[in-house]
Amino acid sequence: MRVRKNIATSDEGFLFNPTTGDSFSTNAIGAEIILLMKKDIPTSEVVDTICEKYDVDKALFERDLEEFTLQLKGNSILE
Amino acid sequence: MKHKIVIAVTALNAIDSPGPGVAVIRAIRECKDFDVRIIGLSYESLEPGLYMHDLVDKTYQIPYPTAGTDALLGRLQYIHEMENLELIIPNFDAELFNFIKLRDTLKKMGIATFMPDLDQFEARDKMKLLDFGKKHGFDVPEDKIIHEFRELAKIEEDFDFPLVVKGKFYDAIIVNTMEQAEKAYYKILSKWGLPIIVQEFIKGTEINIAALGDGDGNAISVIPMRKLYITDKGKAWAGITLDDETYIELARKFIKVTKWRGGCELEVMLSNDGKPYIMEVNPRFPAWIYLTAAAGQNQPASLVKMALGQKVEPFTEYEVGKIFVRYAWDLITDIHEFQKISGNGEL
Repeated sequence: MRVRKNIATSDEGFLFNPTTGDSFSTNAIGAEIILLMKKDIPTSEVVDTICEKYDVDKALFERDLEEFTLQLKGNSILE
Repeated sequence: MKHKIVIAVTALNAIDSPGPGVAVIRAIRECKDFDVRIIGLSYESLEPGLYMHDLVDKTYQIPYPTAGTDALLGRLQYIHEMENLELIIPNFDAELFNFIKLRDTLKKMGIATFMPDLDQFEARDKMKLLDFGKKHGFDVPEDKIIHEFRELAKIEEDFDFPLVVKGKFYDAIIVNTMEQAEKAYYKILSKWGLPIIVQEFIKGTEINIAALGDGDGNAISVIPMRKLYITDKGKAWAGITLDDETYIELARKFIKVTKWRGGCELEVMLSNDGKPYIMEVNPRFPAWIYLTAAAGQNQPASLVKMALGQKVEPFTEYEVGKIFVRYAWDLITDIHEFQKISGNGEL
């Protein structure tokens, strides 16, 4: 689960793929997850970090993260 | 005071299906290395560029390409007497043949050009593109050249729908049935005549590449762009520069094998399985050419330098994610100006 090297991201959740010209916007939590993903940390660490910071059920977050990850892969944001 | 290079530029029709002239002039004027006097060469009295006096210093009408080289030369001789032209940059596909034919004569008159040779120009012709692709190892969609209607009726023997029906100079219509193909055939026939090209439809992402070759096989500049907003005529109304070595290599290879001299635009379809198909090669700058200057590789200005004998080193970098957004603007003029260009052929 690695963000492609050439993907430009902003703290506000704007993503730009310079190979395809596609751009995307995520909400604040999406932006936070992507910034974590850019650190090349394991998925479990992303889950732990978010679950520690926010009052969220771990199983629910894992499901949402999986869905989000599929979207990112589908749009060539993740390798 | 710096000498002003006198440059004549065509294709001032900055309309919804725009010619590249105005964008070429804008890029040239932005270059700080030289001063220019721009002479517009127009075909019609309402080409917007004629009335953009901050870009075009003086405009002369020239005869339509169908009038032939003699008529064009006669008019250019007159304009040259008036303006002492140093360089002509033609920007229309349909006029290029005549200008290429006149290249040596213009050179003797002291007028430089920077265009492909006739062989280069014809090799990338829509009707020969498939052979060109096969010869040089480019992916090009399969096609068939149609010279009469009954050939169209047999097209289903060789191709599956959808297909693209194309005119020899402009226009392309995607068709899904034989009935649609027949309609498209007649529509394009009435506008552009025969032959008509029927081409395999490639599904994918459309990428355009503006490139400039030095005539010795070197690509001086290559800028890939993806259209972000497309008009009903298929023209880019907004676009963004991309960072993908595939496209840069493709354009470099094209320029290397053709030894292309001048500007060109490769229309590429990146198929869903990742193959870059060359759909068309336009033998001149595209209408979005100002984006190359905005992204850091001023192709029109580099062409001017090379045409005037300067050595230009290939660019190595450009800004990725640079966006153009075209806009329409109601330019106001008055009847006196319109009268001058309509009546005297000069403005």
